[in-house]
Amino acid sequence: MAEFEPRIVAFLCHWCTYTGADLAGTTRQQYPPNIRVVHLMCSGAVDTIYVLKALIDGADGVLIGGCHPNDCHYQTGNYKARRRVAILKKILSQLGYDEDRIWLRWISASEGKLFAETVTHMVEELKQKGPNPIKSMWTV
Amino acid sequence: MKASVLKVENGDPVATLRGLLRRLLEEKVVDVLLVPKALPSGSGFVQTLIKDPDMVSDVHPLAPTMAVQSGRILSYLTVDEPDARIGAVIKSCEVRAVIELAKFLQTKLDNLVTIGVDCMGTFEVEDYAAAVEEKGDGDALVDGLLKGAQTGRVEVPDGIELRTACGMCENPVPINADITIGLFGHYSKQEIEIIVGDRMERDVQERGILDLSAEASEKRDQVIAQLIEERTKKRDEIFGAFREKVSDLQGLMNTFSTCVRCHNCMVACPICYCKECVFRTPTFEHQSDQFLRWADRKGGIQMPTDTMIFHLTRLAHMVTSCIGCGLCDSACPSGLPVATLFRTVGHGVQAMFDYVPGRDPEETPPVATFREDELQMESGAKD
Repeated sequence: MAEFEPRIVAFLCHWCTYTGADLAGTTRQQYPPNIRVVHLMCSGAVDTIYVLKALIDGADGVLIGGCHPNDCHYQTGNYKARRRVAILKKILSQLGYDEDRIWLRWISASEGKLFAETVTHMVEELKQKGPNPIKSMWTV
Repeated sequence: MKASVLKVENGDPVATLRGLLRRLLEEKVVDVLLVPKALPSGSGFVQTLIKDPDMVSDVHPLAPTMAVQSGRILSYLTVDEPDARIGAVIKSCEVRAVIELAKFLQTKLDNLVTIGVDCMGTFEVEDYAAAVEEKGDGDALVDGLLKGAQTGRVEVPDGIELRTACGMCENPVPINADITIGLFGHYSKQEIEIIVGDRMERDVQERGILDLSAEASEKRDQVIAQLIEERTKKRDEIFGAFREKVSDLQGLMNTFSTCVRCHNCMVACPICYCKECVFRTPTFEHQSDQFLRWADRKGGIQMPTDTMIFHLTRLAHMVTSCIGCGLCDSACPSGLPVATLFRTVGHGVQAMFDYVPGRDPEETPPVATFREDELQMESGAKD
């Protein structure tokens, strides 16, 4: 049987992590192709419903990438994202769901290497975890 | 904060309170009064907005049911800042809803006088109506609650229980109310304590409505402390049982799969603050293709869909401010433990921010603010 290949939905902010992902490509950093990117203007634009929708519709993990604290192009979007992610993780962990399927990471436009490493690491971790249990539930 | 002990005439606390409310209207301490009033059938109570002091004659400030959450009603009544001072006789969870909605700028406190009632809890509307049908009136239920307020232990006739949310409510005191109708620790057939906060002190005293010379009663504090202890214990038992049943998302769905997606819990919720809800937009009007794809992917899928995303999203959006009034439970046609879900999960989320909804009007709700250095562990994002 083929090895389980996790699927990751990534919400990346335009000014930092998306540009960092671009740099990873132009500098020929190698990372696994398990990621599908949704391009947003700011991590602060990620409503928790996007994350839930991705997980319920079969993603094995969700990566949210934003600017480092103090570097947000819109001043405070990443802080708002951090609160929302913390709230969502707290809700899910209390309902017995593995909150570590959701990653919030600060990756700047110059950190192409960090982006590649983060995706590589996340894919490895999700392979250990196995498929998202929601995928096999017909009652959602 | 000052207090007055109101002597109850003829052993009828409700009539005595009507007298007080009538005076508030007559002396223009308030221009209108929102207060529960008995239905002509006697089978229940509804909130009523009263302008004419004569209509106070059959209001029931100690109504043992809560058909709607006045937090939402007072939002409609105050948000556009009408030129009238509104007095509202409401229960402790309703006061807390008012405060949460004020933080979201959906209620204006300037022209609102909250008259909070010490609350032993409420019955489901249909349970109360059934008891009236059987016994002829609901006096035994009201008496049971008032006696409970005196001793800290509710004794109601067999076969009827408090609403689940009330049974585990550890906030029975209407903190932050401008005027408090103090029942705890008092034999309310003889006396009721009225506690008046700083804001209304002058109005109430100058217009000769109350003599605010009494000391706050120690007995009341004792009963409150005992009640909170017992309720907290009960709450933790309910949390424990729920966590056992809902140990993972499959457990959640085992409990919530019979949800009919009527959105009643959302409509009844005083805290659900979005003016336009995503669940009532075309985002959730899926094309047939979408359903077919889901069915194809999993072999089959429950219809209608979107139960899990509805409840989890509602949790994520407003559980930080959930005051635990339990109107979601009462509104659910499938009898699902919505309030228990929100209280259990909310407890952990609120603790993360050391936030108690309704505790302090000066606080900012956790979803509306942030600190620059926080939540590195909880969010998983290290600086």
